[in-house]
Amino acid sequence: MMQVIVDGLVSASYVSLGVVGLSLIYNILNFANFAQGDYLTVGGYIALIFVILFGTAGAIAGLTFGWPLIVAAFGAVLLTGLVAELLDRSIYGRLRRRGSSRITLIMASFGVALMLRNIVVIFFGPEPIYYAFAIQPALRLWGIRITPNEIVVVAVTAALVVCLHLFLTRTRLGKSMRAVSESPSLARVTGINVDVVIRWTWLIGSGLAAIGGVLFGIALGLQPNFGFELLLPMFAALIVGGVTNIYGAILGAVLIGLAESLTVQYFAPEYRQAVSFVAVILVLLVRPQGLVGERP
Amino acid sequence: MSGPDLEVRDLVAGYVPDIDILRGVSIAVHPGEIVTVLGPNGAGKSTMIKAIAGLVPIRSGSILHHGRDITGRATHTLVGTGLAYVPQVDNVFLRMSVAENLELGGFAAPAEAARRFDQIMILFPDLARLRHLAAGKLSGGQRQMVAVGRALMAGPKVLMLDEPSAGLSPKLVEIVFAKLLEIRGSGISILMVEQNAKAALAISDRGYVLAEGQERFAGPAAALLASPEVGALYLGAGSRLAS
Repeated sequence: MMQVIVDGLVSASYVSLGVVGLSLIYNILNFANFAQGDYLTVGGYIALIFVILFGTAGAIAGLTFGWPLIVAAFGAVLLTGLVAELLDRSIYGRLRRRGSSRITLIMASFGVALMLRNIVVIFFGPEPIYYAFAIQPALRLWGIRITPNEIVVVAVTAALVVCLHLFLTRTRLGKSMRAVSESPSLARVTGINVDVVIRWTWLIGSGLAAIGGVLFGIALGLQPNFGFELLLPMFAALIVGGVTNIYGAILGAVLIGLAESLTVQYFAPEYRQAVSFVAVILVLLVRPQGLVGERP
Repeated sequence: MSGPDLEVRDLVAGYVPDIDILRGVSIAVHPGEIVTVLGPNGAGKSTMIKAIAGLVPIRSGSILHHGRDITGRATHTLVGTGLAYVPQVDNVFLRMSVAENLELGGFAAPAEAARRFDQIMILFPDLARLRHLAAGKLSGGQRQMVAVGRALMAGPKVLMLDEPSAGLSPKLVEIVFAKLLEIRGSGISILMVEQNAKAALAISDRGYVLAEGQERFAGPAAALLASPEVGALYLGAGSRLAS
């Protein structure tokens, strides 16, 4: 049972880091960004470019990577943020100013998702790629199998979630972001420059997604589709937790991760993808506002 | 400076192109005044205050704040010039605490924020007790106080309120209006839009009656209260406002 929980937390990590951006952008711009999953892919592959440039020398004890990948992760955050920002300016921002409908924006983000994924395929091909070709034996801790890389995945995610919480509750920008996500018009009246907040929201949401992508690459390797395949659990996490609440979305990610690993363990791995759908249907039937969301 | 704190000249504005809600309205708020804008539903009262706050596209006319032209300026830059606005609905951040709501209001003037926070706690003693509670958990009256407190945190010269008495019990209206007198006492001019004509005029220096996007009557509050035409326009034919 402990094994199921640990496995669930590992897969919840990537989803959590992705869903933060999805939730922030959804609340601030009223826009469900279907390209959010591909920001993980972009982040993972940008880190790969750094790894190719710097090599994988100097692996830290027990891990399959060393400082070059840590540098690569920072690079991935900055460049993925830049990509997200450019996409918002060149595509989504224009559509918003033109007063386009929500469906138009969603379709545009579908297009962006396809474009990003195929750019990755052009440069890196459709085959799986790894940061390092090293086999890592799993550790046994209190009877639980876990690789050192997976410990890094969960620890980094937990640390980032704590940082995000401190950012949102203690800093001026974080509070402004919460204010804008609750009511952009009242935020304007209060003197908050909503456009600046939107820019930061893209940077933070896509930056966390990029780290999620790098962590995915560390634990499982990269493939052009992996981010897109995380999109469904991300939306499920958002709906299960409550669309209006970012902590709810992270809780949702953990629950979806646990449900997936339970399914894989006790039913059949093929049903993994179905878990998200079942969770969404159940929540929409029983508690449509999500577990911690408020009724509108 | 002896000119008005806020002056609206021949303002024409509306939410969608070709439909003007305001059709050349002109009003003024002088330093230290409480000015109430009355009028039947659809007269453009709220639209006027929103247009001043930069939330409604302006087609012609001008808005002067301390003699400076602020027509068409971005909403978020107005707070810094000393013009604060309290919307009628959705005027607090429900998921944020009372203290955070006030803090956000203070972002426009961070140097003074701590001092103003303490002043607001003195002005609204109830809020001191509730400061860590989410604003969504408060009663209507308490929310209105948070909304006004948030606006005051920026240190405005002019405070604009859209129906501060809406949805409040007569007892609470009395309390809120008494607070507005206190706020004016600290040197802040007030422009408010109200349905509750009698109570609002009772604390006002002057008033305007809007109809069809223009000011129809203007004058000292007491004169408006006594005027049969104002009563007829505002409450419907035959009834008297001061009855």
